[in-house]
Amino acid sequence: MHIVVCIKQVPDSAQIRVHPVTNTIMRQGVPTIINPYDLFSLEEALRLRDQLGGKVTVITMGPKMAIEALKKCISYGADDAILLTDKVFAGSDTLATSFALASTIAKIGETTPVDMVFCGKQTIDGDTAQVGPGIARRLHMQQLTYVAQVEKVDLDKGEIVVHRRSEGGVQVLATKLPCLVTMLEGSNVMRYGSMDDLFRAARYEVAEWDHKAAGITVTAQCGLKGSPTVVKKVFAPPARAVKAEMIKTEGKTPREVADALLTSVFAKHPKLEMEIGQ
Amino acid sequence: MAEKFDAIVIGAGPSGNAAALVMARAGMKVLQLERGEYPGSKNVQGAILYAEALEQIIPNCRRQAPLERPIIEQRMWVLDDESYVGSNYRGTKKKDEPPTRYTVIRANIDRWMSKKATDAGVLLICEATVLDLIKLDGKVVGVRTDRLGGDILAEVVVLADGVNSLIATKAGLRPTIKAADVALAVKEMHFLPKEVIEQRFNIANDEGVVIELFGKITKGMMGTGFLYTNRESIALGIGCMADDFKKGGVTPYDLLDAMKAHPAIKPLIAGSEVKEYAAHLIPEGGYKAIPQVHGDGWVIVGDSGGFVNAVHREGSNLAMTSGRLAAETILKLKEEGKPFTAQHLARYRAALEDSFVMKDLKKYRNMPEIFHANPQFFTTYPELLNRAAATILKVDGIDKKTKEKEIAGEFVKRRSRLGLLGDAIKLVRSFR
Repeated sequence: MHIVVCIKQVPDSAQIRVHPVTNTIMRQGVPTIINPYDLFSLEEALRLRDQLGGKVTVITMGPKMAIEALKKCISYGADDAILLTDKVFAGSDTLATSFALASTIAKIGETTPVDMVFCGKQTIDGDTAQVGPGIARRLHMQQLTYVAQVEKVDLDKGEIVVHRRSEGGVQVLATKLPCLVTMLEGSNVMRYGSMDDLFRAARYEVAEWDHKAAGITVTAQCGLKGSPTVVKKVFAPPARAVKAEMIKTEGKTPREVADALLTSVFAKHPKLEMEIGQ
Repeated sequence: MAEKFDAIVIGAGPSGNAAALVMARAGMKVLQLERGEYPGSKNVQGAILYAEALEQIIPNCRRQAPLERPIIEQRMWVLDDESYVGSNYRGTKKKDEPPTRYTVIRANIDRWMSKKATDAGVLLICEATVLDLIKLDGKVVGVRTDRLGGDILAEVVVLADGVNSLIATKAGLRPTIKAADVALAVKEMHFLPKEVIEQRFNIANDEGVVIELFGKITKGMMGTGFLYTNRESIALGIGCMADDFKKGGVTPYDLLDAMKAHPAIKPLIAGSEVKEYAAHLIPEGGYKAIPQVHGDGWVIVGDSGGFVNAVHREGSNLAMTSGRLAAETILKLKEEGKPFTAQHLARYRAALEDSFVMKDLKKYRNMPEIFHANPQFFTTYPELLNRAAATILKVDGIDKKTKEKEIAGEFVKRRSRLGLLGDAIKLVRSFR
């Protein structure tokens, strides 16, 4: 079984600041991480490989520094990694990104056919959740999003059964391979790789592919040219003008504190007290 | 596990990086293990880098390293509750004499230095924690990590695992660090626009200021505070001996908050955004607290060896120099075909004794004890000094001689004649 996992190197959003004057995102000095949602997909792919045999290839599109993210995936136990890096990909939106990644996966499949593709549910910097489905559509793969559990993969029959979380509950879905899966967060815990994998990652040379290597001949669908989405404005939401109110109380027990809180709330909203009182 | 290395370095701080780099550059097969996500991710320092020590390891370092600001001005403040008496030294830039002290951000500088080491051939593995040393017939022959299949062997192990040196302690190579020998320091990074910093401290874009703070801000505990200017931030911190914290019941963050509220400090950090809060131990026991630094198959470098000169706030230079000297000793022994026994590795100790590292620490060997036992240096004297300044500078129609008498009387009243004499002797003893 051959699984391709798509990951993205993203700025650690917990550490991003917005410039107070220019309102632009200050990326300088912000550490990069593997998009956390991708790790649930990578771990699931590694588990399936351990169970069924085969290999896991991790790919990403991005600048050279993304090699670090790919090496990290190797240290978790992935078998191979490819960096898709080329100036023509610069400025890609989700449409152009899914085109580039789908082309790459198709190219990888020419050597070793791809049975499954895993993507993160969404990225923490873009939050669109569009790239995974975009890849599935382009590769004519079945797509299974928000998967909480992969119940069964039957390679002989070419079948997969998963549990998919939806608003109303859990759907148990069966479909044919090849397919694309995006895992729900919390569905598994990333393993603690072995020392052998750490060594392998430290010495691993990530393959770098340009658009030609990915089998793309016409670049009109790549990068800025192939991206209809335009970022018109980036801004930080204004700080709320309303200040939090501190309710003072001499009360010591939880009951006394709660009483003080309610008295204060009811004083401002007498109607509420009447409604609750009834 | 099949691979064997010439040397394993535990830790990727300044001392570990120095040792790994020097050994790898000479062709040794070196493995470096760092428990943090990347070199510098777990490291905390003020921080000031001493370029000369780095220059010895990486020539032309000033041109390449991610330095913040060269220090052009040093201020020393002795603080009372709301005032301070201070002294300044402001140097001039000399063309043929590059600065020796720079403010730095450890996450940046450690990563940069580590890159030099990996470029030289060091195999760096991050996020792997060494749990213990592997010993064979009393000789250290490798390390045990927390990873599956994580036993790795080497001819020699360099312990650069930091102030606690849990590994050396666990392996019985050194005693557990004592609360009386370590300072607990806390610091905050205050972000401000470059221009604001330069205006507030009266400096150009390639100049920096250091303020050392001493006195009542430590509430009678043995310790000091500091303020360093980075490019776009101010590092502000305070540290006291861990056992003093234990005794006094004051929390480190209370101390830091009080320091930030001091009328002399407050305007310097006004309007800043705090982005980072960190705490760390600093080995400040001095010469007398230095453990055994070598044995069969192992050496200790950097903070794990207690190489910090608390008086001059030097640490990273002692760390890098000890790392370099250890590596050079190992290289020399290898060249001579000698095994890494305690007897042969004793050359490392000798090299340390011969360098500024031990010479400086020896000079101040009595200081920790003296200052620790005499809180008046942190409370009474700063107060007296500030009052003296206030008295003498106040123009209120009282003649100067009366004022001097008043000041002298105040000193005697607070410390007695004998006490003053004793304190003077102690002060002299601690500095020599």
